[in-house]
Amino acid sequence: MPPAFVELLQFLLSGVTSGAIYALVALGFALIYNASHVINFAQGEFVMLGGMVTWVLLSQGIDLPLAVLGAVGLTMLVGLLLEKLAIEPVRNANVVTLIIITIGAAIFLRGLTSVTLGKDLHALPAFSGNEPLDLMGATIMPQSLWILGTTALIVLLLHVFFNYTLLGKAILATSHNRLAARLMGINVNFVLLLSFGLSALLGAIAGILIAPITATHFEVGIMLGLKGFAAAILGGLGSGLGAIVGGLLLGIIESLGAGYISSDYKDAMAFVVILGVLFLMPSGLFGKRGTERV
Amino acid sequence: MLQIEGLSSHYGRIQTLDGVDLSIGEGELVSLVGANGAGKTTLLRCVSGVQPVSAGRILFDGRDITRASSHRRVKLGIAQVPEGRQMFGPLSVEDNLRLGAFRRRGPKVADDLERMYTRFPILKEKRKQPAGTLSGGQQQMLAISRALMSHPRLLLLDEPSMGLAPLLVSEIFDTIRLLKDHGTTIFLVEQNAYAALGIATRGYVLETGRVVLADSGRALLENERVKTAYLGL
Repeated sequence: MPPAFVELLQFLLSGVTSGAIYALVALGFALIYNASHVINFAQGEFVMLGGMVTWVLLSQGIDLPLAVLGAVGLTMLVGLLLEKLAIEPVRNANVVTLIIITIGAAIFLRGLTSVTLGKDLHALPAFSGNEPLDLMGATIMPQSLWILGTTALIVLLLHVFFNYTLLGKAILATSHNRLAARLMGINVNFVLLLSFGLSALLGAIAGILIAPITATHFEVGIMLGLKGFAAAILGGLGSGLGAIVGGLLLGIIESLGAGYISSDYKDAMAFVVILGVLFLMPSGLFGKRGTERV
Repeated sequence: MLQIEGLSSHYGRIQTLDGVDLSIGEGELVSLVGANGAGKTTLLRCVSGVQPVSAGRILFDGRDITRASSHRRVKLGIAQVPEGRQMFGPLSVEDNLRLGAFRRRGPKVADDLERMYTRFPILKEKRKQPAGTLSGGQQQMLAISRALMSHPRLLLLDEPSMGLAPLLVSEIFDTIRLLKDHGTTIFLVEQNAYAALGIATRGYVLETGRVVLADSGRALLENERVKTAYLGL
Protein backbone atom coordinates (compact mmCIF):
# COMPACT_ATOMS: atom_id res chain seq x y z
CA MET A 1 0.00 0.00 0.00
CA PRO A 2 1.36 3.46 -0.86
CA PRO A 3 1.99 5.51 2.29
CA ALA A 4 -0.28 8.31 1.13
CA PHE A 5 -3.17 5.86 0.90
CA VAL A 6 -2.45 4.38 4.32
CA GLU A 7 -2.32 7.87 5.76
CA LEU A 8 -5.66 8.80 4.20
CA LEU A 9 -7.22 5.54 5.43
CA GLN A 10 -5.94 6.27 8.91
CA PHE A 11 -7.53 9.73 8.89
CA LEU A 12 -10.81 8.33 7.59
CA LEU A 13 -10.91 5.62 10.26
CA SER A 14 -10.40 8.09 13.07
CA GLY A 15 -12.89 10.42 11.34
CA VAL A 16 -15.73 7.90 11.23
CA THR A 17 -15.01 6.89 14.82
CA SER A 18 -15.59 10.35 16.21
CA GLY A 19 -18.21 10.93 13.51
CA ALA A 20 -20.28 8.04 14.86
CA ILE A 21 -20.27 9.70 18.28
CA TYR A 22 -21.35 13.02 16.76
CA ALA A 23 -24.09 11.17 14.91
CA LEU A 24 -25.47 9.76 18.17
CA VAL A 25 -25.47 13.21 19.75
CA ALA A 26 -27.06 14.71 16.63
CA LEU A 27 -29.79 12.06 16.70
CA GLY A 28 -30.54 13.15 20.26
CA PHE A 29 -30.96 16.72 19.05
CA ALA A 30 -33.20 15.57 16.20
CA LEU A 31 -35.52 13.54 18.46
CA ILE A 32 -36.30 16.43 20.79
CA TYR A 33 -36.41 18.95 17.97
CA ASN A 34 -39.01 16.88 16.15
CA ALA A 35 -41.20 16.47 19.19
CA SER A 36 -41.11 20.12 20.27
CA HIS A 37 -38.97 22.30 17.95
CA VAL A 38 -36.77 22.82 20.98
CA ILE A 39 -33.00 22.56 20.55
CA ASN A 40 -31.95 20.86 23.74
CA PHE A 41 -28.61 22.36 24.73
CA ALA A 42 -28.41 19.95 27.65
CA GLN A 43 -27.77 17.17 25.11
CA GLY A 44 -24.00 17.44 25.72
CA GLU A 45 -24.62 17.03 29.44
CA PHE A 46 -26.31 13.68 28.79
CA VAL A 47 -23.07 12.65 27.06
CA MET A 48 -21.00 13.85 29.99
CA LEU A 49 -23.23 12.10 32.55
CA GLY A 50 -22.95 8.81 30.68
CA GLY A 51 -19.15 8.83 30.94
CA MET A 52 -18.89 10.30 34.44
CA VAL A 53 -21.45 8.02 36.07
CA THR A 54 -19.86 4.96 34.46
CA TRP A 55 -16.52 6.04 35.93
CA VAL A 56 -18.03 6.51 39.40
CA LEU A 57 -19.67 3.09 39.34
CA LEU A 58 -16.47 1.43 38.06
CA SER A 59 -14.45 3.09 40.82
CA GLN A 60 -16.89 1.54 43.33
CA GLY A 61 -15.82 -1.87 42.07
CA ILE A 62 -18.90 -2.53 39.92
CA ASP A 63 -18.39 -4.55 36.73
CA LEU A 64 -18.32 -2.69 33.41
CA PRO A 65 -21.63 -4.02 31.97
CA LEU A 66 -23.50 -3.16 35.17
CA ALA A 67 -21.81 0.23 35.41
CA VAL A 68 -22.84 0.99 31.82
CA LEU A 69 -26.43 -0.03 32.52
CA GLY A 70 -26.50 2.07 35.67
CA ALA A 71 -25.08 5.13 33.92
CA VAL A 72 -27.52 4.84 31.01
CA GLY A 73 -30.44 4.39 33.40
CA LEU A 74 -29.47 7.34 35.57
CA THR A 75 -28.92 9.61 32.57
CA MET A 76 -32.32 8.66 31.18
CA LEU A 77 -33.85 9.48 34.55
CA VAL A 78 -32.19 12.91 34.41
CA GLY A 79 -33.60 13.42 30.89
CA LEU A 80 -37.11 12.47 32.00
CA LEU A 81 -36.90 14.71 35.07
CA LEU A 82 -35.67 17.60 32.92
CA GLU A 83 -38.77 17.27 30.74
CA LYS A 84 -41.18 16.76 33.63
CA LEU A 85 -39.86 19.49 35.92
CA ALA A 86 -38.48 22.15 33.57
CA ILE A 87 -40.12 21.80 30.15
CA GLU A 88 -43.64 20.42 30.63
CA PRO A 89 -44.80 23.00 33.22
CA VAL A 90 -44.07 25.80 30.72
CA ARG A 91 -45.02 23.81 27.64
CA ASN A 92 -46.91 26.71 26.08
CA ALA A 93 -44.05 29.19 26.39
CA ASN A 94 -42.38 30.06 23.12
CA VAL A 95 -39.56 27.93 21.76
CA VAL A 96 -36.79 30.42 22.56
CA THR A 97 -37.79 30.39 26.24
CA LEU A 98 -37.65 26.59 26.25
CA ILE A 99 -34.22 26.63 24.60
CA ILE A 100 -32.93 29.02 27.26
CA ILE A 101 -34.31 26.66 29.92
CA THR A 102 -32.24 23.82 28.42
CA ILE A 103 -29.13 26.04 28.54
CA GLY A 104 -29.86 26.67 32.21
CA ALA A 105 -30.33 22.97 32.80
CA ALA A 106 -26.98 22.28 31.12
CA ILE A 107 -25.17 24.74 33.41
CA PHE A 108 -26.95 23.25 36.42
CA LEU A 109 -26.02 19.66 35.50
CA ARG A 110 -22.41 20.67 34.87
CA GLY A 111 -22.23 22.48 38.18
CA LEU A 112 -23.84 19.65 40.08
CA THR A 113 -21.39 17.16 38.57
CA SER A 114 -18.33 19.26 39.38
CA VAL A 115 -19.48 19.70 42.99
CA THR A 116 -20.38 16.04 43.60
CA LEU A 117 -17.87 14.18 41.41
CA GLY A 118 -15.02 16.67 41.23
CA LYS A 119 -13.20 18.35 38.37
CA ASP A 120 -10.65 15.67 37.54
CA LEU A 121 -10.16 13.99 34.23
CA HIS A 122 -10.96 10.27 34.28
CA ALA A 123 -10.14 7.61 31.73
CA LEU A 124 -12.36 4.57 31.36
CA PRO A 125 -10.73 1.29 30.41
CA ALA A 126 -11.29 0.26 26.79
CA PHE A 127 -14.00 -2.41 26.53
CA SER A 128 -11.79 -4.94 24.72
CA GLY A 129 -8.25 -3.92 25.51
CA ASN A 130 -5.81 -1.62 23.73
CA GLU A 131 -4.28 -3.97 21.18
CA PRO A 132 -4.52 -2.09 17.84
CA LEU A 133 -5.80 -4.04 14.86
CA ASP A 134 -4.26 -3.77 11.42
CA LEU A 135 -6.42 -2.77 8.46
CA MET A 136 -4.55 -2.53 5.12
CA GLY A 137 -1.60 -0.90 6.85
CA ALA A 138 -3.65 1.48 8.96
CA THR A 139 -4.47 0.71 12.58
CA ILE A 140 -7.81 0.73 14.32
CA MET A 141 -8.43 0.42 18.04
CA PRO A 142 -10.91 -2.22 19.27
CA GLN A 143 -12.80 0.60 20.99
CA SER A 144 -13.46 2.15 17.56
CA LEU A 145 -15.11 -1.09 16.50
CA TRP A 146 -17.28 -0.93 19.63
CA ILE A 147 -18.27 2.62 18.71
CA LEU A 148 -19.06 1.82 15.07
CA GLY A 149 -20.89 -1.40 15.90
CA THR A 150 -22.99 0.09 18.69
CA THR A 151 -23.88 3.13 16.59
CA ALA A 152 -24.92 0.92 13.68
CA LEU A 153 -27.07 -1.19 16.01
CA ILE A 154 -28.75 1.90 17.50
CA VAL A 155 -29.44 3.34 14.06
CA LEU A 156 -31.02 0.04 13.05
CA LEU A 157 -33.17 -0.09 16.19
CA LEU A 158 -34.32 3.50 15.73
CA HIS A 159 -35.15 2.77 12.11
CA VAL A 160 -37.30 -0.18 13.13
CA PHE A 161 -38.94 1.81 15.93
CA PHE A 162 -39.90 4.75 13.73
CA ASN A 163 -40.92 2.80 10.65
CA TYR A 164 -42.54 -0.35 12.01
CA THR A 165 -44.16 0.48 15.35
CA LEU A 166 -47.33 2.50 15.92
CA LEU A 167 -45.72 4.37 18.83
CA GLY A 168 -42.77 5.39 16.64
CA LYS A 169 -45.15 6.56 13.95
CA ALA A 170 -47.16 8.47 16.54
CA ILE A 171 -43.98 10.37 17.43
CA LEU A 172 -43.39 11.17 13.75
CA ALA A 173 -47.04 12.17 13.37
CA THR A 174 -46.74 14.53 16.33
CA SER A 175 -43.73 16.21 14.75
CA HIS A 176 -45.55 16.66 11.42
CA ASN A 177 -48.88 17.86 12.79
CA ARG A 178 -49.32 18.37 16.50
CA LEU A 179 -53.00 19.35 16.30
CA ALA A 180 -53.97 16.30 14.27
CA ALA A 181 -51.91 14.09 16.60
CA ARG A 182 -53.90 15.37 19.59
CA LEU A 183 -57.16 14.74 17.73
CA MET A 184 -56.06 11.13 17.09
CA GLY A 185 -55.80 10.68 20.85
CA ILE A 186 -52.01 10.81 20.96
CA ASN A 187 -50.82 12.18 24.29
CA VAL A 188 -48.33 14.77 23.02
CA ASN A 189 -46.89 15.38 26.50
CA PHE A 190 -46.01 11.70 26.68
CA VAL A 191 -44.39 11.93 23.25
CA LEU A 192 -42.25 14.80 24.50
CA LEU A 193 -41.31 12.87 27.65
CA LEU A 194 -40.39 9.86 25.55
CA SER A 195 -38.22 11.94 23.24
CA PHE A 196 -36.27 13.36 26.18
CA GLY A 197 -35.80 9.85 27.56
CA LEU A 198 -34.58 8.52 24.21
CA SER A 199 -32.28 11.50 23.67
CA ALA A 200 -30.74 10.99 27.09
CA LEU A 201 -30.27 7.32 26.27
CA LEU A 202 -28.43 8.12 23.03
CA GLY A 203 -26.33 10.80 24.72
CA ALA A 204 -25.33 8.52 27.59
CA ILE A 205 -24.30 5.73 25.21
CA ALA A 206 -22.21 8.17 23.16
CA GLY A 207 -20.51 9.44 26.30
CA ILE A 208 -19.71 5.94 27.54
CA LEU A 209 -18.37 4.76 24.19
CA ILE A 210 -16.04 7.73 23.70
CA ALA A 211 -14.76 7.94 27.29
CA PRO A 212 -12.04 5.26 26.87
CA ILE A 213 -10.60 7.26 23.93
CA THR A 214 -10.86 10.89 25.04
CA ALA A 215 -11.33 10.43 28.82
CA THR A 216 -14.23 12.04 30.63
CA HIS A 217 -14.57 15.21 32.64
CA PHE A 218 -17.43 17.39 33.92
CA GLU A 219 -17.02 19.79 30.99
CA VAL A 220 -16.67 17.22 28.24
CA GLY A 221 -20.32 17.77 27.26
CA ILE A 222 -19.79 21.32 26.05
CA MET A 223 -17.64 20.44 23.07
CA LEU A 224 -19.35 17.13 22.27
CA GLY A 225 -22.75 18.81 22.50
CA LEU A 226 -21.71 21.61 20.18
CA LYS A 227 -20.20 19.21 17.68
CA GLY A 228 -23.33 17.07 17.74
CA PHE A 229 -25.29 20.25 17.14
CA ALA A 230 -23.03 21.15 14.20
CA ALA A 231 -23.60 17.66 12.80
CA ALA A 232 -27.37 18.05 13.19
CA ILE A 233 -27.28 21.43 11.39
CA LEU A 234 -25.11 19.98 8.61
CA GLY A 235 -27.48 17.08 8.06
CA GLY A 236 -30.60 19.19 8.41
CA LEU A 237 -32.20 19.71 11.83
CA GLY A 238 -34.88 17.14 12.54
CA SER A 239 -33.76 14.62 9.94
CA GLY A 240 -32.63 11.24 11.28
CA LEU A 241 -30.70 10.35 8.15
CA GLY A 242 -29.25 13.88 8.17
CA ALA A 243 -28.00 13.44 11.74
CA ILE A 244 -26.13 10.25 10.81
CA VAL A 245 -24.64 11.58 7.58
CA GLY A 246 -23.90 14.96 9.19
CA GLY A 247 -22.14 13.29 12.11
CA LEU A 248 -19.95 11.04 9.97
CA LEU A 249 -19.17 13.88 7.55
CA LEU A 250 -18.21 16.23 10.38
CA GLY A 251 -15.95 13.57 11.91
CA ILE A 252 -14.19 13.04 8.58
CA ILE A 253 -13.86 16.78 7.86
CA GLU A 254 -12.33 17.25 11.31
CA SER A 255 -9.89 14.43 10.98
CA LEU A 256 -8.82 15.37 7.44
CA GLY A 257 -8.46 19.00 8.53
CA ALA A 258 -6.38 18.00 11.52
CA GLY A 259 -4.28 15.63 9.41
CA TYR A 260 -3.62 17.70 6.30
CA ILE A 261 -3.87 21.28 7.60
CA SER A 262 -3.06 21.43 11.28
CA SER A 263 -4.39 19.71 14.37
CA ASP A 264 -4.66 23.18 15.96
CA TYR A 265 -7.75 23.71 13.82
CA LYS A 266 -9.43 20.40 14.69
CA ASP A 267 -12.06 21.87 17.01
CA ALA A 268 -12.59 24.91 14.79
CA MET A 269 -13.78 22.71 11.92
CA ALA A 270 -17.18 22.12 13.52
CA PHE A 271 -17.83 25.84 13.75
CA VAL A 272 -16.61 26.52 10.21
CA VAL A 273 -19.10 23.85 9.14
CA ILE A 274 -21.95 25.54 11.05
CA LEU A 275 -21.17 28.90 9.46
CA GLY A 276 -20.78 27.39 6.00
CA VAL A 277 -24.09 25.54 6.24
CA LEU A 278 -25.98 28.54 7.58
CA PHE A 279 -24.62 30.78 4.81
CA LEU A 280 -24.95 28.41 1.90
CA MET A 281 -27.81 25.97 2.64
CA PRO A 282 -29.64 26.83 5.85
CA SER A 283 -31.82 23.74 5.79
CA GLY A 284 -28.83 21.37 5.69
CA LEU A 285 -28.38 18.28 3.54
CA PHE A 286 -31.64 16.50 4.31
CA GLY A 287 -33.62 19.14 6.20
CA LYS A 288 -37.10 20.33 5.37
CA ARG A 289 -37.12 23.32 3.09
CA GLY A 290 -38.37 26.59 4.55
CA THR A 291 -41.55 26.54 2.50
CA GLU A 292 -44.19 23.87 2.68
CA ARG A 293 -47.11 23.12 0.46
CA VAL A 294 -50.29 23.78 2.38
CA MET B 1 -75.40 12.77 24.31
CA LEU B 2 -73.50 16.06 24.18
CA GLN B 3 -74.51 19.02 26.28
CA ILE B 4 -72.82 22.40 26.15
CA GLU B 5 -73.79 24.91 28.85
CA GLY B 6 -72.76 28.57 28.91
CA LEU B 7 -69.51 27.88 27.08
CA SER B 8 -67.01 30.72 26.64
CA SER B 9 -63.54 30.61 25.17
CA HIS B 10 -60.75 33.10 24.46
CA TYR B 11 -57.74 33.35 22.19
CA GLY B 12 -55.52 35.49 24.34
CA ARG B 13 -57.66 38.50 25.20
CA ILE B 14 -60.07 38.04 22.31
CA GLN B 15 -63.30 36.31 23.25
CA THR B 16 -64.49 33.97 20.50
CA LEU B 17 -67.33 32.16 22.31
CA ASP B 18 -69.75 33.87 24.66
CA GLY B 19 -72.10 31.70 26.68
CA VAL B 20 -72.99 29.08 24.08
CA ASP B 21 -75.74 26.57 24.96
CA LEU B 22 -76.17 23.62 22.64
CA SER B 23 -77.16 19.99 22.81
CA ILE B 24 -76.91 16.97 20.56
CA GLY B 25 -78.98 13.83 21.05
CA GLU B 26 -78.00 10.25 20.24
CA GLY B 27 -78.22 9.59 16.48
CA GLU B 28 -78.78 13.22 15.54
CA LEU B 29 -77.00 15.17 12.82
CA VAL B 30 -76.69 18.70 14.12
CA SER B 31 -75.36 21.45 11.86
CA LEU B 32 -73.75 24.65 13.05
CA VAL B 33 -73.68 27.43 10.49
CA GLY B 34 -72.33 30.94 10.63
CA ALA B 35 -70.00 33.38 8.96
CA ASN B 36 -66.21 33.29 8.99
CA GLY B 37 -64.92 34.12 12.46
CA ALA B 38 -68.23 33.46 14.20
CA GLY B 39 -66.48 30.90 16.43
CA LYS B 40 -67.61 27.66 14.79
CA THR B 41 -64.17 26.06 14.70
CA THR B 42 -63.43 27.23 18.24
CA LEU B 43 -66.61 25.54 19.47
CA LEU B 44 -65.65 22.23 17.84
CA ARG B 45 -62.15 22.47 19.28
CA CYS B 46 -63.55 23.04 22.74
CA VAL B 47 -65.55 19.84 22.35
CA SER B 48 -62.54 17.81 21.17
CA GLY B 49 -60.37 19.32 23.90
CA VAL B 50 -57.69 21.13 21.90
CA GLN B 51 -58.95 24.62 22.81
CA PRO B 52 -59.16 25.73 26.45
CA VAL B 53 -62.55 26.64 27.87
CA SER B 54 -62.76 29.82 29.98
CA ALA B 55 -66.28 29.36 31.35
CA GLY B 56 -69.15 26.90 31.14
CA ARG B 57 -69.36 23.12 30.94
CA ILE B 58 -69.28 20.35 28.38
CA LEU B 59 -71.10 17.13 29.27
CA PHE B 60 -70.71 13.91 27.30
CA ASP B 61 -73.16 11.15 28.31
CA GLY B 62 -73.84 13.24 31.40
CA ARG B 63 -70.17 13.17 32.38
CA ASP B 64 -68.35 16.50 32.77
CA ILE B 65 -65.44 16.50 30.29
CA THR B 66 -64.72 20.25 30.35
CA ARG B 67 -61.20 19.68 31.72
CA ALA B 68 -60.53 16.24 30.24
CA SER B 69 -57.48 15.88 27.98
CA SER B 70 -58.02 15.45 24.24
CA HIS B 71 -56.71 11.85 24.28
CA ARG B 72 -59.14 10.98 27.06
CA ARG B 73 -62.00 12.31 24.92
CA VAL B 74 -60.93 10.23 21.93
CA LYS B 75 -61.09 7.21 24.20
CA LEU B 76 -64.59 8.21 25.34
CA GLY B 77 -65.70 8.26 21.71
CA ILE B 78 -65.30 11.79 20.36
CA ALA B 79 -63.40 12.18 17.08
CA GLN B 80 -62.83 15.34 15.08
CA VAL B 81 -62.15 15.79 11.38
CA PRO B 82 -60.28 19.08 11.56
CA GLU B 83 -60.61 22.04 9.25
CA GLY B 84 -58.09 21.87 6.42
CA ARG B 85 -57.89 18.07 6.80
CA GLN B 86 -54.55 18.13 8.70
CA MET B 87 -52.92 15.09 7.16
CA PHE B 88 -49.69 13.60 8.46
CA GLY B 89 -48.32 14.54 5.05
CA PRO B 90 -45.10 12.51 4.76
CA LEU B 91 -46.67 9.39 6.35
CA SER B 92 -48.44 6.88 4.12
CA VAL B 93 -52.21 6.79 3.70
CA GLU B 94 -52.33 3.53 5.63
CA ASP B 95 -50.23 4.94 8.49
CA ASN B 96 -52.59 7.90 8.72
CA LEU B 97 -55.48 5.45 9.09
CA ARG B 98 -53.66 3.31 11.65
CA LEU B 99 -52.90 6.38 13.74
CA GLY B 100 -56.63 7.11 13.73
CA ALA B 101 -56.97 3.90 15.75
CA PHE B 102 -54.14 4.87 18.11
CA ARG B 103 -56.29 4.59 21.24
CA ARG B 104 -57.73 1.28 20.20
CA ARG B 105 -55.05 -1.36 19.46
CA GLY B 106 -55.83 -4.89 18.49
CA PRO B 107 -56.56 -7.20 15.57
CA LYS B 108 -59.87 -5.45 14.83
CA VAL B 109 -57.91 -2.55 13.33
CA ALA B 110 -57.19 -4.60 10.19
CA ASP B 111 -60.94 -5.19 9.66
CA ASP B 112 -61.59 -1.47 10.03
CA LEU B 113 -58.91 -0.71 7.46
CA GLU B 114 -60.67 -3.01 5.02
CA ARG B 115 -64.02 -1.31 5.70
CA MET B 116 -62.50 2.12 4.99
CA TYR B 117 -60.92 0.78 1.80
CA THR B 118 -64.26 -0.64 0.70
CA ARG B 119 -65.94 2.71 1.30
CA PHE B 120 -63.21 4.66 -0.51
CA PRO B 121 -61.40 2.32 -2.95
CA ILE B 122 -59.07 5.13 -4.05
CA LEU B 123 -57.49 5.05 -0.56
CA LYS B 124 -56.66 1.37 -0.99
CA GLU B 125 -55.08 2.08 -4.35
CA LYS B 126 -52.91 4.80 -2.82
CA ARG B 127 -52.35 3.23 0.59
CA LYS B 128 -48.55 3.19 0.32
CA GLN B 129 -48.30 6.79 -0.91
CA PRO B 130 -47.58 9.76 1.34
CA ALA B 131 -50.89 11.33 2.38
CA GLY B 132 -49.59 14.74 1.30
CA THR B 133 -49.59 13.67 -2.35
CA LEU B 134 -53.37 13.03 -2.40
CA SER B 135 -55.77 15.49 -4.00
CA GLY B 136 -57.98 17.67 -1.80
CA GLY B 137 -61.00 15.40 -2.17
CA GLN B 138 -58.99 12.27 -1.48
CA GLN B 139 -57.46 13.92 1.59
CA GLN B 140 -60.94 14.73 2.88
CA MET B 141 -61.98 11.10 2.43
CA LEU B 142 -58.84 10.07 4.28
CA ALA B 143 -59.48 12.61 7.06
CA ILE B 144 -63.00 11.27 7.58
CA SER B 145 -61.84 7.64 7.45
CA ARG B 146 -59.01 8.38 9.85
CA ALA B 147 -61.45 9.83 12.37
CA LEU B 148 -63.78 6.83 11.94
CA MET B 149 -60.91 4.44 12.78
CA SER B 150 -61.36 5.35 16.45
CA HIS B 151 -64.99 4.11 16.38
CA PRO B 152 -66.37 7.47 17.46
CA ARG B 153 -69.85 7.73 18.92
CA LEU B 154 -69.77 11.47 18.22
CA LEU B 155 -68.11 12.64 15.00
CA LEU B 156 -67.16 16.31 14.74
CA LEU B 157 -66.79 17.55 11.17
CA ASP B 158 -65.18 20.93 10.56
CA GLU B 159 -65.82 22.40 7.10
CA PRO B 160 -65.58 19.10 5.22
CA SER B 161 -66.57 20.74 1.92
CA MET B 162 -64.02 23.54 2.08
CA GLY B 163 -61.99 23.97 -1.09
CA LEU B 164 -63.53 21.01 -2.91
CA ALA B 165 -65.04 20.88 -6.40
CA PRO B 166 -68.90 20.75 -6.45
CA LEU B 167 -68.98 17.11 -7.51
CA LEU B 168 -66.76 16.15 -4.56
CA VAL B 169 -68.82 18.28 -2.20
CA SER B 170 -71.92 16.26 -2.97
CA GLU B 171 -69.93 13.04 -2.57
CA ILE B 172 -68.76 14.14 0.86
CA PHE B 173 -72.30 15.09 1.88
CA ASP B 174 -73.56 11.69 0.65
CA THR B 175 -70.97 10.07 2.89
CA ILE B 176 -72.07 12.15 5.87
CA ARG B 177 -75.70 11.18 5.30
CA LEU B 178 -74.68 7.52 5.06
CA LEU B 179 -72.77 7.73 8.35
CA LYS B 180 -75.81 9.26 10.02
CA ASP B 181 -78.04 6.51 8.65
CA HIS B 182 -75.67 3.98 10.20
CA GLY B 183 -76.27 5.56 13.60
CA THR B 184 -73.22 7.81 14.09
CA THR B 185 -74.06 11.02 15.92
CA ILE B 186 -72.64 13.93 13.93
CA PHE B 187 -71.90 17.55 14.72
CA LEU B 188 -71.28 19.34 11.43
CA VAL B 189 -69.77 22.80 11.07
CA GLU B 190 -70.18 24.33 7.63
CA GLN B 191 -70.10 27.56 5.71
CA ASN B 192 -72.14 25.84 3.03
CA ALA B 193 -75.30 26.50 5.03
CA TYR B 194 -77.72 25.25 2.39
CA ALA B 195 -76.22 21.75 2.18
CA ALA B 196 -75.51 21.53 5.90
CA LEU B 197 -79.04 22.46 7.01
CA GLY B 198 -80.51 20.30 4.26
CA ILE B 199 -79.18 17.07 5.77
CA ALA B 200 -79.42 18.14 9.44
CA THR B 201 -81.97 16.98 12.01
CA ARG B 202 -81.43 20.24 13.84
CA GLY B 203 -79.33 23.33 13.29
CA TYR B 204 -77.81 26.24 15.17
CA VAL B 205 -76.76 29.63 13.83
CA LEU B 206 -73.71 31.19 15.45
CA GLU B 207 -72.96 34.92 15.22
CA THR B 208 -69.92 36.51 16.92
CA GLY B 209 -69.67 33.76 19.49
CA ARG B 210 -73.37 33.50 20.41
CA VAL B 211 -76.12 31.15 19.32
CA VAL B 212 -78.75 33.41 17.69
CA LEU B 213 -81.06 30.77 16.22
CA ALA B 214 -81.80 27.13 16.98
CA ASP B 215 -84.41 25.03 15.21
CA SER B 216 -84.90 21.98 13.02
CA GLY B 217 -82.80 22.00 9.86
CA ARG B 218 -85.85 22.39 7.66
CA ALA B 219 -87.25 25.30 9.68
CA LEU B 220 -83.92 27.13 9.53
CA LEU B 221 -83.82 26.75 5.75
CA GLU B 222 -87.20 28.53 5.66
CA ASN B 223 -86.18 31.21 8.16
CA GLU B 224 -86.06 34.72 6.61
CA ARG B 225 -83.01 35.76 8.58
CA VAL B 226 -81.07 32.65 7.56
CA LYS B 227 -82.20 33.05 3.96
CA THR B 228 -80.87 36.57 3.63
CA ALA B 229 -77.71 36.19 5.70
CA TYR B 230 -76.50 32.70 4.77
CA LEU B 231 -78.35 31.39 1.76
CA GLY B 232 -78.11 34.52 -0.39
CA LEU B 233 -81.79 34.37 -1.27
